[in-house]
Amino acid sequence: MSSMIETEHLAKEYGNKRAVDDLDLFVGRGESFGFLGPNGAGKTTTIRMLATLTKPSSGRAWINGFDVVEESSKVKQDFGIVQQHMSLNKELTVRENLELHARLHHLEKKERRERIDEMLDYVGLTEFSDYLIERISGGMTRRAMIARALLHTPKLLFLDEPTIGLDAQARRKIWDLIRGMKSEGATIFLTTHYIEEAEVLCDRVGIIHRGRMISLGSPLELRQNLGLVTVESRKSENNTEYRYFPDRAAAAEYVKTLPSGGNIIMRESNLEDVFVELTGRKVTG
Amino acid sequence: MSFADAYSVLWADLLVLKRRIFRYLITTLVSPLLYLVAFGWGLGRGISVEGTSYFAFVVPGIIALTAMNSSFNGAGTRLNVDRLYFKSFDECLMAPISSSSLLLGKAMVGAVRGLVSSVAFVGLALLVSPTFYVTPLFLASLLVTCLLFSFLGVLAALLSKSHEDMGTFSSLILLPMTFLGGTFFSLSQVPEALKFGLYAFPLTHSSLCLRAAVLGQPFPWASFMIMVGFWAAFSAGCHMVLKRASI
Repeated sequence: MSSMIETEHLAKEYGNKRAVDDLDLFVGRGESFGFLGPNGAGKTTTIRMLATLTKPSSGRAWINGFDVVEESSKVKQDFGIVQQHMSLNKELTVRENLELHARLHHLEKKERRERIDEMLDYVGLTEFSDYLIERISGGMTRRAMIARALLHTPKLLFLDEPTIGLDAQARRKIWDLIRGMKSEGATIFLTTHYIEEAEVLCDRVGIIHRGRMISLGSPLELRQNLGLVTVESRKSENNTEYRYFPDRAAAAEYVKTLPSGGNIIMRESNLEDVFVELTGRKVTG
Repeated sequence: MSFADAYSVLWADLLVLKRRIFRYLITTLVSPLLYLVAFGWGLGRGISVEGTSYFAFVVPGIIALTAMNSSFNGAGTRLNVDRLYFKSFDECLMAPISSSSLLLGKAMVGAVRGLVSSVAFVGLALLVSPTFYVTPLFLASLLVTCLLFSFLGVLAALLSKSHEDMGTFSSLILLPMTFLGGTFFSLSQVPEALKFGLYAFPLTHSSLCLRAAVLGQPFPWASFMIMVGFWAAFSAGCHMVLKRASI
């Protein structure tokens, strides 16, 4: 698989703090890659470096074969981005925001109009196209940002916490859109601290903690490395023991050894378990 | 540099300005009208400066002042808000356009607002001022004034780390210029040593050029070239800061 994103010893320092530390990364074309980690882990800083917004302190990165620092103008043509924060112009309507993006990406007038209509329809915002951004909901704003990111048909899509702050219904709508983009061949680089999001949307997940990538693999591989089945046994009010097993049979054998009458749960392991075992803290912390 | 890309950056603000033009004009004309009433009709009644009435003398100065404030705030304050609060400046930074086009577009946002405010005030001045000539040199001076203060606004916004920084910049740079930049009094009235200091203000040269053009006096080409020099310097400063801050 040829690379869409590649980094080599990529690092970013702010004063004495290393926000991203010695990151080596390979994301193939058409792959859906997730960066999982708590707030402040270095996910957004990584995306900002890859998206040419922040200069790396050291190391190198390439998008579609182009160096993000030396060839930033070529890199800028190849990606679309949905940032974590609301980055639309609140004084413009949904359509005007898309029009601005299309102009900045040199789409011709006829193509501009067609693509804007197509994208508004894709994200279900056609009837809200003439609403000012400040008058639409958070979920609609996020969908408008996705429409904007896809407008110039990018080869790579950065999604920085694409569903943060959204309710369950809006989140699932965004997930459907992301699945749609993937099925159309786009490479997706997604950051999230929602476990379920990483499991549902990503082919591979990198777990990032304090700026360093501490584990990498498919969600299944990461869970297999830990043990696919988790047994939670509550010892006291503030003390729950977690044990991991390769399958239910092994887990059941262990449960038999526990004192009866205890509070015991047997369930499938998830990426949250992987993260806690690797870092000693919860991913949402 | 692509002028089409610069226009794309400007385009969004033109939409906003068009939508709010009446509110914008009312807001932006309050200050110069108050200056006109207080200094022109009030304080300056019966006074003559350099062989002309104080009223005719002060009107071009107020135009320079209006151009300065509207251009600086139009470019700087809006960019500051876009960059630090709305974060919509990122959209421009990640677009495949050159930094020259981006900076020109952002500066044109201020220049257009400065020109709109100034022309509106000129319209009022033509009604009330006894001697006022709109000449090509007046228009050229007004355009350069708007551009140089727009680039200064962009530079201030790029350097600012908060909205308060913009306020500090205005208090320390624009406010002294407002009252000392040859707007309300003739530089011939101040001591030589102070005069040299006042010539360091770009607004002083804007006032001199606009006043000479409006009153039909010999045009101060040296001041005009100094204005162009300030424009070039502020533009270069913007490029340096943007290059340092981003890729």
